[in-house]
Amino acid sequence: MTYVDAFLLTLLVITAVSVAGMRNLFAAAVFFGIYSLLSAAWMTVLDSPDVAYTEAAVGAGISTVLMLATLGLTSDREKKDPILKPLPLFIVLATGMVLLYGTLDMPAFGDPMAPIHQHVAPHYLNDSPQEIGVPNIVTAVLASYRGYDTMGETTVVFTAAVGVLAMLIGRRQRPSEAS
Amino acid sequence: MTEDLILRVVTKVLTPFIMLFAFYTQFHGDYGPGGGFQAGVILAAAFVLNALTFGLPQVRKALPDRIMIIGTGLGVLLYAGTGMVSLFRGGNLLEYGVLDHHSPVHGQHLGILLVELGVGITVTSVMWVIISTFMERAVEDAEGGEG
Repeated sequence: MTYVDAFLLTLLVITAVSVAGMRNLFAAAVFFGIYSLLSAAWMTVLDSPDVAYTEAAVGAGISTVLMLATLGLTSDREKKDPILKPLPLFIVLATGMVLLYGTLDMPAFGDPMAPIHQHVAPHYLNDSPQEIGVPNIVTAVLASYRGYDTMGETTVVFTAAVGVLAMLIGRRQRPSEAS
Repeated sequence: MTEDLILRVVTKVLTPFIMLFAFYTQFHGDYGPGGGFQAGVILAAAFVLNALTFGLPQVRKALPDRIMIIGTGLGVLLYAGTGMVSLFRGGNLLEYGVLDHHSPVHGQHLGILLVELGVGITVTSVMWVIISTFMERAVEDAEGGEG
């Protein structure tokens, strides 16, 4: 682990802990944006610019705006000061421990013998220049080899809009009906 | 909506660059990082920035709701349609190689360009529709509270 990794991960932990202690929701939304931006920086360090790009655009950009727009609808302060409940804290800590325990079995980062690098990845890396001819292999995998999955994802995004419209657009008629 | 002159000028200056960057992300996704999803989000961010600065009605003049709602489905249709065309041309669903009968690699390029465009259209429209619906409710609530 390099110093850059350690620095970014430390900042991530500090941001996460600060958000947990915040009562001002406006500040919390902005801190979530900072968290996403730090994640994006970290993913760039891990050589995955496509994921970093998405995280910066979606996590730091659009979802922060969406949270701020939602805060415009509600209030920017948490109503009730939360009380420390032992059972949820225990469940969260236990789950965290189990997840950490799970990572012990995972192969080291960048290990060429890891299962993920043994299955279809060699085929993509070796043959996509001839088969697809697109320099960015991530795009080749996303749009062509795994085109079916991406079609499903696009449909999911579409479904999200349909859901939001179905819930919120009916409200638009209500004031005129009342008047 | 803000009356702040600096914000209004900066938004006006930045908007074309944000949109240009979105299109670069969209069409350069084959060569560098990025693609339809990222491009759609960035393009929607340009619209949202304008809506925050100049108000929702101003942006709605340029982007009528009807068109954006059609856009949410149009992108999925373009994606699935590309898949269907490759089906009708004798390949499997979404097998872009058959789209160009001279060279499968050109077919792949065309297919990837089209489906990424589909993703871009859907994501732009969906992000705008969701956020503008939320913002509209906030404006309504504020007016309701005053009146």
